[in-house]
Amino acid sequence: MTSDHRILLDIDGATKRFGAVTAVDAFSLGIRENEFFALLGPSGCGKTTLLRMLAGFESPSEGRILLDGVDISRVPPNRRPVNLMFQSYALFPHMSVASNIAYGLEMEKLPRAEIDARVAAMMETTQLTELADRRPDQLSGGQRQRVALARALVKRPRLLLLDEPLGALDKKLRGAMQLELKRLQYKLGITFIMVTHDQEEALVMADRIAVLKDGHLLQCGTPNEIYEQPASRFVADFIGVTNFIPGKATGAGIMTAHGMAIAGKRPDSIAEGSPAWAAIRPERIMLSPPASTENRLTGTVRTRAYHGLDLQLHVDTPVSDTPIVVRITADAAERNPVATGDTVEIGWSTADTRIFDQLKN
Amino acid sequence: MAERSPATRRTLSALLIAVFAFLYIPIGVVVALSFNEGGLPTVWSGFSLKWYGSLAGNSQILNAALNTLVVAVVSTLIATLLGTLLAIGVEIRRRKGRALEALIFAPMIIPDIVLAIALLSFFSMLNFRLGLHTIILAHVVFNIAFVCAVVRARLKSFDWSIVEASADLGASSLTTFRRVTLPMIAPAVIAGALLAFTLSVDEFIIAFFTAGAGRASTTLPMQIYSMIRFGVTPEINALATLVIAVSVTALALSQRMNRTIAP
Repeated sequence: MTSDHRILLDIDGATKRFGAVTAVDAFSLGIRENEFFALLGPSGCGKTTLLRMLAGFESPSEGRILLDGVDISRVPPNRRPVNLMFQSYALFPHMSVASNIAYGLEMEKLPRAEIDARVAAMMETTQLTELADRRPDQLSGGQRQRVALARALVKRPRLLLLDEPLGALDKKLRGAMQLELKRLQYKLGITFIMVTHDQEEALVMADRIAVLKDGHLLQCGTPNEIYEQPASRFVADFIGVTNFIPGKATGAGIMTAHGMAIAGKRPDSIAEGSPAWAAIRPERIMLSPPASTENRLTGTVRTRAYHGLDLQLHVDTPVSDTPIVVRITADAAERNPVATGDTVEIGWSTADTRIFDQLKN
Repeated sequence: MAERSPATRRTLSALLIAVFAFLYIPIGVVVALSFNEGGLPTVWSGFSLKWYGSLAGNSQILNAALNTLVVAVVSTLIATLLGTLLAIGVEIRRRKGRALEALIFAPMIIPDIVLAIALLSFFSMLNFRLGLHTIILAHVVFNIAFVCAVVRARLKSFDWSIVEASADLGASSLTTFRRVTLPMIAPAVIAGALLAFTLSVDEFIIAFFTAGAGRASTTLPMQIYSMIRFGVTPEINALATLVIAVSVTALALSQRMNRTIAP
């Protein structure tokens, strides 16, 4: 996070309707200068429509979009200091890499010498210099992605929009490009807004994340806030893995159908006695917990899966129909070996239990 | 697919050859006889180019050839422009879920004779004087449909986000069309134009109906038709051979262009 907290982009109640369908519903959000921001949500949540409104390909049915305090809602895409990196990259197939990158500067009618210098510098930054004369169909997926990025960045936009920027790359390359994008964003000091459905990508890359569902903003915060303090069951479920135990809200947590109390801090918004979930992250659950641990359960290990750094157990317990996922470090597993079918005691503290309303998502 | 027995394979090959023979032997005969020394349509009496020479000296035929060229070139230019714009417009609308597909294909499917009568009635209703210009208009009508079909086939696999990318980088609609859309669909546009040219060169029925009276607007197919009423002469064979040569060349070029753009 940068120290500069000035709001660059102010989305003020933006709504987009397509016929009877409301894709984005009264969406408000402020995005800060130099921020790497992620719009995260499942497909159909309205994140792409929102991005297209920021780029100028859709105009909001209601509400405003302000860039540097100026309403740009009705400004066509070719007159916005905003550039979009398309999911398909949308490179011009009949032009070389260098011509693709120069295109946007030619549209600004800059002197040829300046265009050439900026294109050369950008190709240097994105390691494309040697590919300058190639055509897009002679490039690999990762190279095409870099051309698309260079083509947008060379215009020095106030805001760069990225639509699923790593979606078309294989897993290994994706990891490298995540860091590369962060490096470029830091180096060039341009505000990035990325749309993604991949929660891991958002957590790794973004300074702040907005989680969207059905055209609404569910929660906005740093990756740490979103992960550690999800505002709803949906967010807790969508970001990472969470165990949910059903019950009824009590003064000190929930009471399961079997009459077992699970201690956790109940938000005031949930009335006592109304249906609620207790949510616990798998890595917060301990095996054979110390005696002081507030919440304890006995269960049977159904499956055991090795993931390198950690071990994932699925434990059948009486409190939930779905097995409880427990993640323990490989070290802990070595000290305390467990096998499928073993009866184990698991436990977690009150502080690691979050209570969500069952009636809201 | 199951392995066929040699006998089946032989039968199928023979059938294929028979079909092609049925299609192309008559054309081959016409071409061969155009080089026949003697004047009789059925007796071969030696190789000669004299009928081509006599064509070149026939002012009626030369006039008809010129008319055909004017009609084909002008109607192709107009139809290519309009057909390409139509294709782009229709594809954009289709992506937004509204289309008028059937209406566009109608001129390709309606029998020529119906189109010919309809156009003639239309022109006379408007008190249009008939002539070369009415043939051109009539050819534009069906050629638009063909150009549009060829260009649309290309646009179906077109990545429209490329057009959006151009706008995003600061280009106006016109600049985007000139620098991005047109270069990308150019092979299809040229292929469509060559197809239109071919269709126009040997079109008879519609031209015949919309030409009006008099020699001034006689096209080559009409000229051949009027000559043939006095019997098939080697001169007609020579003329037909030339028309075939032009059509085949244009069609081959068209297919070649279309192949280079296969995505």
